[in-house]
Amino acid sequence: MKLDHRFKLALAALAVAATLPFGAHAQTRGGTLNMIVQPEPPVIVTAINQQAPTQFVAGKIFESLFTYSADLKPQPSLAKSYEASADGLTYTFHLQEGVKWQDGQPFTADDVVFSLADMLPKTHARARVLLNQFVASVTKTDDLTVVVKLKSAFPAFLLMFEPGFAPMMPKHIYAGTDYMTNPANQKPVGTGPFMFKEWKRGEYIKLVRNPNYWKAGKPYLDELIFNVIPDSASRAVAFERGSVDVLRGGDIDNVDVKRMRALPNVQYTTAGWEIFSPQAYLLMNMRKPPFDNVKVRQAVMTALNRKLIVDNIFFGLGKPSTGPFVATEMFYDKNTPAYDFNMKKARDLIKESGIKPGDYTVRQLAFPYGATWDRLGEYIKQALEQLGFKVDTESTDAGGWASRTGNWDFDVTMSFTYQYGDPALGVQRLYIGSNIVKGSPFANVQGYNNPDLDKLWNQAASEVDLAKRQELYSKIQGTLVTDVANGYLLDLEYPTLYRGKIHNLVKTAIGLNESFDDVYMDK
Amino acid sequence: MKFLSFFLSRVGKAVVVVLGVVIINFFLIRLAPGDPAAVLAGQAGASDATYVQQLTVEFGLDKPVMTQLWLYLKGVVTLDLGFSYRNRVPVIDLILERLPATFLLMSCAFIFSIVLGVLFGVVAARARYDNRKRWVDSVVTSGALLLYATPLFWLSLMGILLFSVFLGWLPAFGMETVGANLTGWARAGDIAEHLVLPVITLGCFFMAVYVRLTRASMLEVIGMEFVKTARAKGVAPGRVIRAHVLRNALLPVITFAGIQLGQMAGGAVLTETVFAWPGIGRLMFDALLQRDYQLLLGIFLVTSVLVVVFNVITDIIYRLVDPRISAGGQGAGA
Repeated sequence: MKLDHRFKLALAALAVAATLPFGAHAQTRGGTLNMIVQPEPPVIVTAINQQAPTQFVAGKIFESLFTYSADLKPQPSLAKSYEASADGLTYTFHLQEGVKWQDGQPFTADDVVFSLADMLPKTHARARVLLNQFVASVTKTDDLTVVVKLKSAFPAFLLMFEPGFAPMMPKHIYAGTDYMTNPANQKPVGTGPFMFKEWKRGEYIKLVRNPNYWKAGKPYLDELIFNVIPDSASRAVAFERGSVDVLRGGDIDNVDVKRMRALPNVQYTTAGWEIFSPQAYLLMNMRKPPFDNVKVRQAVMTALNRKLIVDNIFFGLGKPSTGPFVATEMFYDKNTPAYDFNMKKARDLIKESGIKPGDYTVRQLAFPYGATWDRLGEYIKQALEQLGFKVDTESTDAGGWASRTGNWDFDVTMSFTYQYGDPALGVQRLYIGSNIVKGSPFANVQGYNNPDLDKLWNQAASEVDLAKRQELYSKIQGTLVTDVANGYLLDLEYPTLYRGKIHNLVKTAIGLNESFDDVYMDK
Repeated sequence: MKFLSFFLSRVGKAVVVVLGVVIINFFLIRLAPGDPAAVLAGQAGASDATYVQQLTVEFGLDKPVMTQLWLYLKGVVTLDLGFSYRNRVPVIDLILERLPATFLLMSCAFIFSIVLGVLFGVVAARARYDNRKRWVDSVVTSGALLLYATPLFWLSLMGILLFSVFLGWLPAFGMETVGANLTGWARAGDIAEHLVLPVITLGCFFMAVYVRLTRASMLEVIGMEFVKTARAKGVAPGRVIRAHVLRNALLPVITFAGIQLGQMAGGAVLTETVFAWPGIGRLMFDALLQRDYQLLLGIFLVTSVLVVVFNVITDIIYRLVDPRISAGGQGAGA
């Protein structure tokens, strides 16, 4: 029975492989792809909101200048090519010809200038910081060419142009309006392969094929439906019953993944998260004892069995982190010494630190994102107690967590953040001294302050020479690990589960946030 | 005339209650830790204090609390419930979009529970005095007790598991088949199919309550002198039950029906979540998690108005059934 199944799979694989060189012939047109969006996004315009579900849906409607391969190289999207000057200060983007907005207006260099110089610096939570800090000017030389001049070199700039980070927005709709209340926010108009059709709040979002999409013959699918299903057990049932065809990372609990994988004709991958590369870590408030003491932090790192966390709490979905960069991050240095689990050594480190753990009651702020994080919190509590600390766990909801973490009101808590490919985009913000700002939970909330390292961060961010950049980031990783600037727990992996009849679902570093212009289904 | 003054005094009290609810809620919400700007900025992955500041100003949270309350109340009078900055849509639109789904679910569950509840209650009460049918009473009462004690979420998950996953008879989520584009009767049938499981899970608890209430008050009335008189006069047993016993036993059931409607107006958050039902309960839950103050206040306002309306209706029915009840006295109360 099993052999038979494998044989069929092999045959199917062969069949698919055989058809590949012939290109579009084998790709069937038509069909509706049913997916889940959870939680329901507030709007589906990434220029205004950048939550994961917003990016997931809006990625089909809006495009940016590039998309990225799994090894984070820019691939053509609205820009067909680019040139960078040797000093890294000037970028010239050449746009595709014949691109139209979904309302029929032509897409030109004016839209790019408007997006990068006017709209995104005002509305996009992450892009605005970089655009305001690094960009000196955005100008068009003709309708298909845009030149961006930077104030200082910033190689990570080229990783900014995926649709979630720098979506191209229509100037003819937004210019001169209040961006936040523009009616187009409810009926978005982009250049992408799918157009907004209907949003029944609480039920579903429906997108339909854009008949005038600039890539001839694409997309293949007729409709995309994003179902809103708030309960994770119900989401698992919906997939099991065949009501939805795709489960995205986070749609179901890790504990259900194995069961869903075992269903007949279900495909599984953890690819497509390379640019986001989320890392989970333990935040220790370094502003006061006992975590202002580096030996204590080292003891905590040594007392945490990260393999156990990955295997038993995350059901194998992840890899133990060795340092502040996830293994798929650019400039990750695998030679940075990591901490091994060793309870005896951890107790020795506590002794060396000179503190009496019994004197401290550690306030652990629970991370309110589901059962997996609750278990992780319980494990961390236990590990700290084995070191002799008393631990009080305080629970809260997502709003309370964000507020308390952003205002530094905790002793320890957990979190995870995206690393966005380049350390200058996603990692630096967690450790650089200038980002010790109250109010945001994803800044340097633990209070790590190292002026020497800040210099290296800034140097590395604007270093054009790759080898020199690597050297700087290796040094940074070494220092952060020694200082335990955060308790690095694991590089998270997100599973994507989908029916075998679906093809080309995950192709790039942005995975399911991709435009889906290539996705097709067997009839 | 007497009835009109009864009605007006009830409505007058209701307006005061709603106003009180709005003001108390306004302050209660602000007691929760975490402000909307921080939540929104956090979810966007922003690490930028000026962005949080910008959102705070946009949400109007930089103004003094009393000013915010005044602005809100002024809006409410003109039926402007404010703007949901998170959803970028006027609050009233979001609420009106969700209300029909909740009404549908609620009314079906209400009818389901009250009809079956009263029916089983009557059956049980009658069987109690018939030695050969005594077992029927035992079965019904223990069944009701079981439903009364079973957690809703367990019941709903088991329902999904049995009827959706194993048997494949009923859909597991949503209000209608997405993308089927049905119209007319086909659509009604589709919605009815989607209604079955949520209505049963939502209705079972209240059905159990009605069974117990009806049975208990029937047994009380059955022993009364006027029933014995009716029997002695030779009135047919079925008519005794309907006209003499049930009619008098229904008052506590009506009281509780008013309470049930009030509770359900707030939305059945759990049922709506498990079955992905696009109702007001879930909207409220999401708004709470996201600290969407304007939306949350709007939902509180609308649901409290509904609760009050249902209570007024209950009072009126009460008075119609038993004219001895007056405006100043008892009743379900708001």
